[in-house]
Order: sequence, then C-alpha cells, then structure tokens
Amino acid sequence: MARRSGYWIGFFLVLGALGAAPLVLPEFWRRFVTEILIWGLLAMSSDILIGYTGVVSFGHSAFFGLGMYGAAFGLLRFRPNLWLALAFGLLAAATVAAFVAYFSTRLRDIYFSICTLVFSQIFYVIIFTWTEVTGGENGLVFRQPPLSVPGWQRAFTPATLHWFVLSIVTLTYLALRQVTRSPFGMVLQAIRENESRTMAIGYDVKRYKIVAVMLSGLCAGLAGILYAVQNRFVAPNFVFFDVSGEVVIFNVLGGMGTLVGPVLGAAVFFLLREGLSRYFTEYYLIPVGMIFMLTVIFLPQGLLGFLRRQLNQ
Amino acid sequence: MIQLLNGLVNGMILALVASGLTLIFGIMDVVNFAHGELYMLGAYVGTTVLAAGGSFWLALGVASVTIFCLGAAIQLVTLRPLLGRDPLATILATFGLSLVLQNYALWQYGPVARKIQEPFTGHFRIFQLEYPWYRIIIAVLSAAIMLALWLFLKRATWGIWIRATAQDRTMAAAMGIPVPLVHTAVFSLGGAMAAASGVLYGPLVGVDQTLGPGIILRAFIVVVVGGMGNLGGSVLAAVFISLLESFASLWMSPAQAVIVSFVLLIVTLLFRPTGLFVPTPK
Repeated sequence: MARRSGYWIGFFLVLGALGAAPLVLPEFWRRFVTEILIWGLLAMSSDILIGYTGVVSFGHSAFFGLGMYGAAFGLLRFRPNLWLALAFGLLAAATVAAFVAYFSTRLRDIYFSICTLVFSQIFYVIIFTWTEVTGGENGLVFRQPPLSVPGWQRAFTPATLHWFVLSIVTLTYLALRQVTRSPFGMVLQAIRENESRTMAIGYDVKRYKIVAVMLSGLCAGLAGILYAVQNRFVAPNFVFFDVSGEVVIFNVLGGMGTLVGPVLGAAVFFLLREGLSRYFTEYYLIPVGMIFMLTVIFLPQGLLGFLRRQLNQ
Repeated sequence: MIQLLNGLVNGMILALVASGLTLIFGIMDVVNFAHGELYMLGAYVGTTVLAAGGSFWLALGVASVTIFCLGAAIQLVTLRPLLGRDPLATILATFGLSLVLQNYALWQYGPVARKIQEPFTGHFRIFQLEYPWYRIIIAVLSAAIMLALWLFLKRATWGIWIRATAQDRTMAAAMGIPVPLVHTAVFSLGGAMAAASGVLYGPLVGVDQTLGPGIILRAFIVVVVGGMGNLGGSVLAAVFISLLESFASLWMSPAQAVIVSFVLLIVTLLFRPTGLFVPTPK
C-alpha cells in the first residue's frame, strides 16, 4: 500500500512540474519540453511492442507519419478544426496499423522487425513520390487550428498548447498503464517471456499481437498529430527510418517495459543532443551512438531500470 | 536488354554484400545493422587511397584489409560481450554502431559525394548500345570473390571450422575449435567483403555517407528472400531481385521500383518464411 501511494505522489509531483513548466521556463525550453512530451508519447507507444510484447518495431515512423499526414489532410481539405485533424490522423494511423499488423504479426523476432521496417519504407516512398496529395519532398504547410470546444474557441498560445499536449500524453499514459496491468497486458508479457508456451496454454497469440500493434500504432499516430499541430507542417522526413531508429534509442536509453522510461529516454536523448551539439555540431550522433551502445552492453534495463534497482538495494 | 545486363551487374554486387551479411548471421546469429556502414567505409577508404595516388587495385586491397581489421576490433569490443544474450541486444548494438560509423564518415569526409575513377573506361557495342566494360568486370570480380569464399568454406581448415561452428557451437568448442576466434574472423571477413563491394561499386554511384542505409535494406531483403544463413540462396535472390527492379524501372521511377522488391519480400515472408530458394522443411 505504501508503494502505491508513493507512486501517486511521484506521479503528481512530475505532473505538477510539467504543468508549471510553461509558466517558469524561457521560450526555448518551453518549446523543448512540449516537444519531449510528444516524442515521449511516440516512445511510449513503441514500448508496448518492445517492452511488453517483446518484438521490436523498426517501423514506427510509418504510424507517426501517417498520423501527421492524416491530420494535415483533414486541416487542408476540410476545415481547420482541431478535433477533425485528430479524427483524420487517428483514422489514417489506424488503417496503416491494421494493415501492418495483419502481415507483420505472422512473423517472429528479427523477421518482424524487418517487416515493419520495410513497410515504413514503402509508405515513405509512396508519400515521397505522390506529390499531388502529399506535397512530395517539400511536405505540406498549414495553419494551426484553434483550440475549440463547442461554443468556445481560442487560438493556441505556447502555454495552452503545452497543457493540451500534456493532458493528452497524461491521459494516454494512464490508459496504457491500465492496459498493461489488465489481463490483456499480462498475456502480452507472457508472449514476451515465452511465445510458444503462451500458445500452448491456449491463447491466440497472433490476435493478441495484432491488437498490440494496432494499439501501439494508434498512440504513435496520436503523437504524430500533436507534432503536426505544434509545428504547422508535415514532411516525408518524419516517415523515414531515422525516426523509427530514434524511437528505439529512446526506449533503450530510458528502459524498456516501463512506459515512463521511454519518455525519460526521449528527454535524455534531446538533452544530450542539445548539450553535445555545442562540441560536435551536427555529428552529435557519434557520442550519442556510443552512449547508446554502452547502455545496451552495460545497462540492459535502461536508465530507469538501473535507478530502480539502485533504489531497491 | 540493357535492363538484363544492369540487373545482373547490380545483382552480383548486391550478392557480395548480402553474402557477408548472411555469413555473419548464419554463424553468429547476429543481424548486422552496421553492415551497410562497413560497405560505405570501405568505399571511403578506397577514395583515400586513390587520392594518395594509389591504383584502383591497391585501393581495393587496402580497403578490404582496413575494414577487416576494423571489423575484428568492432566484434571484440561490442559483440563479444553480448555473446549469449538476447538476439535483441546484438541488433540494438549494431544499430548503435551504424549511427556512430555513419556520422563518423560524415564528419571525416564531409557531405559532398566523392568519385572513384573507374580503372577501365572502354565500351563495347551490344544490341546497338554502348555498354561499359567496367560493369562486366565488376560482375565477374564479385562472382570470383564469392567463388573464393565458397572454396574457402569448403576446403580450408578455417572454413571447416566456420561451418562446424555454424552447425553446433557447443560441439565445435568441445572439439577444440577456438569458437570466439572463429566469430571474430567471420565478422571481419563479412566486413571485408562489404568493403570490397563498396570500392567496386563506387565508380557507378559515387561515395557518400548515405550509401549504407541505401544498401542495407536491399541486402536484408536479399538475405531474407534467399533464406537466412544460406549463401547460395542469397546469390540467387540478389540477382533475381536486381533483375526485377531493373525491369520494373522500365515502367516506373527507380524510387518506386524499390516497392516491387518490398512486396516480393513481404510475400516471401508470408508464404515461405525460411526463404524462396530453400526446400520446404518437412
């Protein structure tokens, strides 16, 4: 019981700190924190697969990117309405996720990873070459939709945008936390531990995996929509493999299978990037890659797993 | 007809890269995400030797040897500590490695593509079209290297050790084969083959730091379609896929032609997950 209340105290402390962030931080860092939250949401979505189901998706950029493009499509072709963008983005991400899930879940281990990677590249090529709809290499630019509820509407300020993102990320986190603790989440973890045995017990492993990929893809799409709304443009770069790779880095740095860890990993990654760019300019990925490899070899549980173990001792 | 020739030439180079990848997978169970970067670094070492006044053949040799040594160092430092851990760990480690190597190349050599001068500039006429000799030489050389690899695996003591390790690691160790050393050698050998193909293919495409991601995805497709760890299957698959892409580019842009091989991969994964050119397991 004491542990549980400790968790909620920590939860509200972090939430309070993040909520107060736009009021006290200067412009640059305010934006920085909002962006970390969005990338953190993407990392969290991928954790459902990497950390809980035990399959690595190297194609999360597809879901993220399709969420972005879906939102942009809704905003440009219909009305500049936030909820419409959300609906279109989620629809696009869900469609792609269903498609990818159907094929990729027939495969295991590395074959799953390669399959997701290849699918994301297919979508990248389609988006890159289908210029009439997607704007090709240049992407699409649009105006930021206002924050609206029926009967009330106000343009986003950096602070309200931050709170909007924070509330969505928090809600998604709580929902995913609930999912991972539900019987469904337990089955996913059983698949991670021993897929054959889970199948032998009588669970339809493939169906569970399909739902896991779809859930993960949906959350990734949500992150994409938020990113599109924040930055007012979409570009094919976000569908490229680099983004998927970064998501995997967030997970490994922060700690797989913890939901909070990947968000921490995203924060560490971007802080490292800011810090190291001063000395290494655009080659910051050299030291980051080395830190990543050291983490894989010496801290397989990631930063959060490491901290947790230190605290328990 | 040109499509047929181009497809064959590209296929041989792709086969050379993929056979290194499949060798490493077959013996070490390591999916080497950094393989494309070894290929790219090989090409860069080639440009350095050429810039210093060396000949093309010297560049080819120096690049292979350099990447062989680099491969050994990489294997000792990053992969050996991971022996016996989850395969996931090696995938992640080599992925991190590819980031480091790719950005190292960007830092060292800059973003401007470099050119490797081709050693032969002659053309010959075929079906009313000029075709460069050099492309034919590439295909023949790649085939020769792969033949040498095959003979090495079949006949040499080290080759027999390698095959024994692939069959049963524990048993091989019990028979006195230095398994860790075999692993290092295999990783280096695969790297050297990638480097050689980088130098060979350099004159056709130019050398920049994005070469790695470009080839690695296609090499993965080849390896999966050919059957993981299956050398002959990889060669067949490489030629098959390159021909397919080559002919597909008659109807669509080269960027879209890639989709054809993607679709082939997915179909293969769904119906013959062990590879197209492997007899169905009974």
